[in-house]
Amino acid sequence: MIIIKQTRFLSLALLLAVPFMATQVQASADSLSGVTAVNVASSVSAANTFNRNLKKDKVRNAAPPEDGIHDPANDSTHVLQPPLEAFEGFPPSDFGNYVDWVKTLDDGIIQPRWDRKDPTEEPFVMDLDIVRPVKASVPDVVFPHRQHTMWLACSNCHPAIFIPQQQANQINMSAILLGQKCGVCHGKVSFPITTKSCKKCHSKPKPADWEPPLSEATLKNPWR
Amino acid sequence: MMLIARRNFVCKFTILGLLAGLAFFSAVQSAKAEYADVVINNYADAAGMRPAVFPHWFHRIRFRCKVCHADLGFKFKAGGNKITMAKIINGQFCGACHNGEIAWSVENCSMCHSGVPGLPTHFHGSTVQRLIAPTYKPLETKQ
Ligand code: HEC
Ligand code: HEC
Ligand code: HEC
Ligand code: HEC
Ligand code: HEC
Ligand code: HEC
Repeated sequence: MIIIKQTRFLSLALLLAVPFMATQVQASADSLSGVTAVNVASSVSAANTFNRNLKKDKVRNAAPPEDGIHDPANDSTHVLQPPLEAFEGFPPSDFGNYVDWVKTLDDGIIQPRWDRKDPTEEPFVMDLDIVRPVKASVPDVVFPHRQHTMWLACSNCHPAIFIPQQQANQINMSAILLGQKCGVCHGKVSFPITTKSCKKCHSKPKPADWEPPLSEATLKNPWR
Repeated sequence: MMLIARRNFVCKFTILGLLAGLAFFSAVQSAKAEYADVVINNYADAAGMRPAVFPHWFHRIRFRCKVCHADLGFKFKAGGNKITMAKIINGQFCGACHNGEIAWSVENCSMCHSGVPGLPTHFHGSTVQRLIAPTYKPLETKQ
């Protein structure tokens, strides 16, 4: 009986908090359930919650007043455009802005300027794919110049980030995750590095008979 | 009576916990801002202005990366361009467009200075920030 009433109070507290922090409530649901566990059933250990480390986007494309970085007390914040209004009709994706920017541009849904003032100036698009074989079991990487030169100038990458010569650059995943090489843009503005995006870069399947090389330790393993 | 007192206690406790949780979450992850939004706060806070917020998604609908990052010389580094109002009114950086000709002009202070006071310069939603254990710091990219 008491328990039921308390739970009701908990939900009441939740409801009261909603208008203040509308979208934050979801994010704090974990911490709330922690509190509930302590109050209602003290036998369940709060230290062993399900998915301790899982981070998920609870809200996609939040409007500026609710996004946590814009100040809702600033009048102009409410004049800023909500992303979802702008993204109406854009081909979707599963990460980043949840927009497939390459397709949006290819389909002519947007026409971003190549020159600050002249809307008729066209980019110099270069269609050259660079294949980077990968030692690991993941598909090989194909770097497509076409999609990049539709957005960027050669000087954005050459020579500061990449020497313009095939295989002249050391690239690996840890550098990318650190924000170097491809990671200068991917993970910042262009699509991020996440389980769902691996295959955008790792797009050339390995031959059917490909096997991952065995490590020294396995080859020399006396207990094998 | 006892029951009410107890409930109040629980209620207070819950709200406290809730608020603590909220503070924690909003401070740590500035949770739901659009991917690639940049908060720029090298100087703004110190001058009593809200931090500036730059939305990449909004601008890339209108301009290719090349316009800002090649022609206008924005380096690929949040906070790395040391933007000031003096440079902006001289037509550099944001001022190349926010001049009343290409986009609304600079007197609309609060359109740019719309950030939550006290937020540090950061790039929202970056892969590095989202790692569970960001034990290593992003290194400077050579420009
Ligand atoms: C290459 C030109 C260009 C540059 C450089 C530029 N902007 Fe903009 N910006 C625009 C245009 C065009 C608009 C749209 C104006 C309109 O809607 O009338 C805009 C709109 C905005 C908006 C409003 C978005 C909305 O929701 O309506 C903000 C905020 C903004 N810019 C901030 C900045 C900041 C901060 C900088 C510098 C760090 C900057 N801009 C640099 C062209 C530019
Ligand atoms: C987004 C970054 C990026 C942009 C923009 C870019 N490139 Fe590249 N480029 C690369 C990468 C990555 C490689 C492969 C380097 C490697 O394999 O080590 C490469 C390789 C090259 C090569 C060597 C090809 C070969 O067969 O050895 C040339 C030439 C080149 N780029 C020219 C250009 C030109 C011209 C432009 C502008 C039209 C341009 N690139 C724009 C990233 C870029
Ligand atoms: C200077 C910035 C920059 C760098 C560095 C860069 N990219 Fe990109 N890349 C972009 C942009 C911008 C796009 C357009 C799509 C987007 O924004 O999500 C793109 C798109 C792509 C696409 C096309 C996806 C599609 O939907 O067709 C692939 C594949 C890709 N990048 C791979 C790479 C790889 C591999 C590297 C490193 C060798 C790299 N990129 C380095 C900016 C960059
Ligand atoms: C922006 C493009 C890009 C994305 C997205 C990406 N990779 Fe990579 N990955 C690369 C490049 C480039 C290399 C280096 C290839 C080489 O050796 O030249 C690489 C290398 C690797 C390697 C080989 C080991 C190493 O560090 O060199 C593995 C394993 C790997 N990636 C896994 C992944 C997984 C898993 C994901 C998704 C979470 C992923 N990659 C997403 C571009 C990407
Ligand atoms: C187009 C966007 C934009 C507009 C409009 C704008 N600012 Fe700024 N402002 C910035 C950016 C970006 C910075 C750099 C922020 C930082 O690093 O702290 C900045 C920095 C500042 C600073 C601290 C640095 C300095 O120059 O002393 C002050 C103070 C400031 N702005 C006041 C104003 C005032 C007042 C207005 C309106 C008259 C205004 N700003 C309009 C973008 C803008
Ligand atoms: C309207 C101007 C504008 C356009 C267009 C634009 N950017 Fe930016 N970009 C900025 C500004 C402003 C910053 C922040 C610089 C600062 O704080 O000094 C920035 C920062 C960055 C950074 C730095 C991230 C870091 O590590 O801190 C990257 C990477 C980047 N932009 C990539 C892109 C790519 C890719 C595109 C095209 C899809 C693009 N930008 C389009 C203005 C622009």
